[in-house]
This record gives sequence, structure tokens and C-alpha cells, in this order.
Amino acid sequence: MSVIELRGVAKSYQTAGGLKPVLRDVSLTVEDGEFVSIVGAMGSGKTTLLSIAAGLLSADAGAVSAGGEPLREIRRDGAFVFQNYSLLPWFSALENVRLAVEAAFPSQSRDEQRRAAMDALERIGLGNAVQRRPSQLSGGMRQRVAIARALATKPRVLFLDEPFGALDALTRETLQQELARLCSDGDRTVTTLMITNSVEEAILLSDRIVPMLPGPPATLGAPIAVALPRPRTIADLAHQEEATHVRAHVIATLTDAMKTRLKKESGIRSQDSGLVLESDKGIQLASFAAEES
Amino acid sequence: MIKRVVHALLPACGIVLGLAAWYVASLAVPDLPSPVRTWEESKLYILEPLTKRGETDQGIALLAYYSLLRVARGFLLGIAIATPLGFLLGVSRPLTRMFDPIMQVLRPISPLAWLPLGLILFRKSEPAALFAIAICSMWPTVINTMMGVRAIPQDYWNVAKVLRLSRTTTFLRIIVPATLPYMFTGYRLSLGIAWLVIVASEMLTGTPGVGGFLWQEYNSLVYAHILLAILTIGVVGFTLDRLMGLAETRLRSA
Repeated sequence: MSVIELRGVAKSYQTAGGLKPVLRDVSLTVEDGEFVSIVGAMGSGKTTLLSIAAGLLSADAGAVSAGGEPLREIRRDGAFVFQNYSLLPWFSALENVRLAVEAAFPSQSRDEQRRAAMDALERIGLGNAVQRRPSQLSGGMRQRVAIARALATKPRVLFLDEPFGALDALTRETLQQELARLCSDGDRTVTTLMITNSVEEAILLSDRIVPMLPGPPATLGAPIAVALPRPRTIADLAHQEEATHVRAHVIATLTDAMKTRLKKESGIRSQDSGLVLESDKGIQLASFAAEES
Repeated sequence: MIKRVVHALLPACGIVLGLAAWYVASLAVPDLPSPVRTWEESKLYILEPLTKRGETDQGIALLAYYSLLRVARGFLLGIAIATPLGFLLGVSRPLTRMFDPIMQVLRPISPLAWLPLGLILFRKSEPAALFAIAICSMWPTVINTMMGVRAIPQDYWNVAKVLRLSRTTTFLRIIVPATLPYMFTGYRLSLGIAWLVIVASEMLTGTPGVGGFLWQEYNSLVYAHILLAILTIGVVGFTLDRLMGLAETRLRSA
């Protein structure tokens, strides 16, 4: 039974300019214990897809199921990490994590809840900073709190929405490795669905990478397996043959899709403006002309 | 150095200029007591601020205390109604649409207009005064609390959603702390209005307090005491605003 299953999902948003399609015909399965990344450009509808998979948002068409059951509301066995941390500034690191534990395990005693929150923070290396408020923590530390908050609820599925997007390159690498360790140690492995715009990050962490082909409406390409031994390090990835192969494959899929889309758009526009186009420069000129006309 | 001394003395210069203008005005209008005469006739009230010589003939601190007590009660009543109302309007757009016209019409009504209605409703001057203070001072709190709830970032709502927090927990741990700074701005403005209303309501109902004293001394033709009362009202109002301001900054930095 797949932990996450999407079949033929479509979604549109109502905007001032009418109905804007965002996703079409999205199908995806994630098996128990798998780490799957969806890689795509910013603004391509990745967050919408993640929200639908988690039950935060309902799809217009298609089927979404969790462990074989149709998903109607937000998943009870899921946890989230957002790009912008989403910590509550009036609570300390510990209180932020405790809030999640209290909501997830209301029958536990206050002591047990506190213990669980402390454990989660210690495991991610924040044992000394539990009393600090988010404003007193660096970006990397804030994201550690957010990860601790997600893992403290012992989720079956982890949803990561560009979790390292707001961090500097060095902090990002440290945290990526840490997350890889946390997701795979212990008795059980957490099933993870991550969206990212970094191919490198996806290769480092994932079992499978699914390219998001830009739209609108966007859809998913064929999954690419990452058959690399774990633990992986950024340094290893630089010269491993399999990594090079996967990287090339993902990037080629994404850039091809981008080119096709540009050609399609410029084709429509060139008819509008009556221009025949060959070069990329021509495409730009044509789109200017189309916008003016 | 000299620049800093001048800078420090400027407020004092302003006060001296104000007193001078007052003095000139008192030369032109014979009924207006000069600053010196005001001081001469008022110093008993200022130097013995806590002496009670009669029902309305009392030290200025005592009179201010009665007024403050009344303001505190009216103000607390006002925000006790205004805060929950603000939260309700903040979370519900339909409710806002429903009550917005009433609010917009009630807001500009003067305390002087509410008092007679209060007297009809409660038949006594004290509750009528509290009614007027509460209903006049509640609007900034209602509006600021409402705005505060509306201004809660989507991030925090997402947290409530993904952690599956109950309604009570969401309210106590997210909505209230996120709205607190806005609420306090509302309280500060409300307290300012409550203090404005107190004078009017004491004048009309003749209850002891700074405003009641002012009206009584006007009727007894002791004009210096009118000025004493006016200055007291100003100083107390300024102090209240500063204290609320301090509480507000404390809250924002916490």
C-alpha cells in the first residue's frame, strides 16, 4: 500500500483574470520509507502539489489517497517543514516544539511532552538553545527548531516545502546531511516528500527524483531513481558516476520541458504579432511585441 | 555642549512662552486670572493635595483620584466589551459587514450626547457616567483588535493548521499573542478618550472629581480654580498616556 498516492490530480485557482490552471494530470506514488523529491523551478506549482498530497488543499479532479484510504482532510500522520521556518516568535524553541507535541499527544503527561520536545531538540543539536526565542537564533538554528518540531510528533510522513531555500550555502549543506541522518536512523524510516529547486539537494537526499515540468498547468515527468549508497556526502556526489548521470538526466528533462514551453508560447505570440522567429533573441522581441499590441 | 544645553532647555522655554501668553491674555480679559493669581488662589489645593475640607472642597490629588477611579471603571468596562468584539470582528468578515455601519455611526457621537441616555437608562449619575465612558472609549480597542487579528501572517495560520491545534489552543497560543501589540495600541487610545469623557460627564452629573470641581468653581465664580482644574486634567492625561506608552513598548520588545 503506497503511503502517498495521487492519480490524475488537477488544480486551478480563481484569479481576477479568470480560472488559472496550475496542475494537470499529476500522478505520483510514494512507498513506505521512501524519500522522494519533486524538483522544479520556482512558481511552477510545487507547493500546491505538496499541499494536495498532505491534504491541506483539495484537488479539483483526480484521486488522492493516504495508505490506501482516500484523503479528505489534513493527514493526521504527517508533519511539515516550511521554507520560512514558521516558528511562533513569542515562544522559545522548546515551547514551539512542545506546542506540536501537546497537539499530537494530548494524553501524555506534561512531563512526557516536555521530555519528547527536549529529545527532538537535542537530537538536532539544539540542546543548549532551547530557551531562546526565534529572534535570538540564526536562520539555520531556526530551521533546526522547525525540523525538531516536525520530527517530535513522530510522523509517518514528512512534507518538506523547500526546507533549506532560505539558508546560506554552508548552513544548507550541514542541515541537509543532518536531515538525511535523522530521516534514516532509529528503528523506522520516515517517508518523506520534499519539493526543492536544487537538483544537488535532491540527489543527496532522495531515493527517487520527480521532475516538475513547467506549465501552466504543470505536470510531473517520469521519476528518476537515485541508486547511490548512503550515507551520501556533497563531496562524494561531485565525482560519483551515478550522481553525474542522474544530475544530467534531471537537468536535461527540466531544460527540455522549459524549451518546449517557450517555443509553444512564442509560437502563439508570433502568430499574434505576425513575426517569424528563429533565435532566442527573436523570441524575446516577439513577446514584447505581443504585449504591446 | 552648548547645543545640548539649549536642546535640554527648549521645553522650558516653551512653557515660559505659554505662561507669558497666558499673562498677556489675563491683562486683556479682566475675568481671567493671571498665572500668579492662579497660583496664589490654588496653592492650598496643590500643597495639601490630600486634605478633605468638604464634599467638593478637596485637595487636587484627591479630586484627581476620584476621577481616575471612575475612568478606570468605565475604561475597564469598555475594553471588557471591546476586546472580545474586536476578536469576533477580526475572524469573521460577515460579522464585520453586519456591524460596520452601526460602528461607524456610533463612533463619532459625543459623550455629552450619551449621558442623558445613560441617565434615562440607569436613573443614577454614576452608572450613567460609566456608560458614557465605556461606550465612547471602546471603539479604538474594537478597531485595533480587529486589525490585529486580520494582520496575523498566513504562516501562523498554517502552523495552527498543520499542527492540527484545537480552536481554543489556536486562540490562546496564536491569535491572542499575535494580536497583543495591536490590542495595547487600542487600549492606549481608548484610555485617552475615557479621560476626555470623564470631565464632561462629571460636569453634567455634578459628581466629585476634577470635572465636577471645575464646574462647581465656575458656578461659584472662582475662576482661578477653573485653570487649576484644566491644568490638572492635562497633566494627568499626559501621565496616563505615557504610562500606557511604556507598557506598549515593553510588550513589543518582549
